Amino acid sequence: MGKNEEVKLLGIWASPFSRRIEMALKLKGVSYEYLEEDLENKSSLLLTLSPIHKKIPVLVHNGKTIIESHVILEYIDETWKHNPILPQDPFQRSKARVLAKLVDEQIVNVGFASLAKTEKGREVLIEQTRELIKCLEKELAGKDYFGGKTVGFLDFVAGSMIPFCLERAWEGMGVEMITEKKFPEYNKWVKKLKEVEIIVDCIPPREKHIIHMNKMAERIRSA
Amino acid sequence: MATEDVKLIGSWASVYVMRARIALHLKSISYEFLQETYGSKSELLLKSNPVHKKMPVLIHADKPVCESNIIVHYIDEAWNSSGPSILPSHPYDRAIARFWAAYIDDQWFISVRSILTAQGDEEKKAAIAQVEERTKLLEKAFNDCSQGKPFFNGDHIGYLDIALGSFLGWWRVVELDANHKFLDETKTPSLVKWAERFCDDPAVKPIMPEITKLAEFARKLFPKPQA
Repeated sequence: MGKNEEVKLLGIWASPFSRRIEMALKLKGVSYEYLEEDLENKSSLLLTLSPIHKKIPVLVHNGKTIIESHVILEYIDETWKHNPILPQDPFQRSKARVLAKLVDEQIVNVGFASLAKTEKGREVLIEQTRELIKCLEKELAGKDYFGGKTVGFLDFVAGSMIPFCLERAWEGMGVEMITEKKFPEYNKWVKKLKEVEIIVDCIPPREKHIIHMNKMAERIRSA
Repeated sequence: MATEDVKLIGSWASVYVMRARIALHLKSISYEFLQETYGSKSELLLKSNPVHKKMPVLIHADKPVCESNIIVHYIDEAWNSSGPSILPSHPYDRAIARFWAAYIDDQWFISVRSILTAQGDEEKKAAIAQVEERTKLLEKAFNDCSQGKPFFNGDHIGYLDIALGSFLGWWRVVELDANHKFLDETKTPSLVKWAERFCDDPAVKPIMPEITKLAEFARKLFPKPQA
């Protein structure tokens, strides 16, 4: 640090994909310029930097563009080496990567699909989501965070997506998805996350976010 | 190489298993190749990958590693002092390689697969057009990444070469099925030459499946509807 680094992040206030990048940059103490995007009216900057996917987050570091949230997280970890985000041990790294993929592919798919259904069709998807969350529950046994004693890659990925995004949608629908009784480790982890400054500073404001997630769920249902 | 306990659960026909095998060959790691029987899943597979129940699974000193690209990363990191580096050394080049590897699996492969599963001519034509468009992007990616060198990774094959190159056998099977060339000297001249070099690489040649054998297997996996 102290180098003349130019870091920009294109994101959306409600998106877990850009929020997790903010957590990582904060952990590394990297200053950045944040540019809020509007999905209904994508900026020419976004379309130029991410022409294939046209999606956020986009990180620009000294003029170089990096896209895809997992790719960006690994880039941040490899560029600013202090306060590591991924575990040092190769096997632990592979576990973190596999579970991050589970969160962003499987849990996101069934989780968001569960918002689309009426009460009747919802139960199956809710159960499927819970089954997947059991994998995370297992991984948290005996740990404060996925990263061990401190937050890291999987805490950012799972934290931004589940407690501070999907759970807010389920709360809005009156669904108690991840009970303390059935998921004690998960719930302990969420309580601990709320004590971590870089997490608390980087999550969308609660009430505004619940309203946003409710609107999103309605849109999905009426599609 | 030191006798380490390395097993790989997989199959000769799987693109994803091939990635793991190429990486192991690059690092000169001896391993026991446990081939699954088509149509059933072994107990070891189900125990090692209980969530997805899919191959490949690398088992190193009794610890299972799943997901082909994650396995390749693991091999590069666990044996980082032996053999060539599989991922590029600069963080930005690594990010580019990871981005394109994810694109290949998430976008490009989906459209290739939809050629094999297309019902009727119209659907097939649309799938072919999409593959053409996406392959053009890969041609550009190759030119950008290789910077005039023989492989995506430069002088030697690496992560992105493996991610795309492991598809070459199946790609050829799809070309025969669709009666259409995707790797073409006029449309994708760089990729055509790269494909030849990749298949000739000593880490790849012994394990690239024969096209006729693969085509026969494809007929089993994707049976054509009866006329």
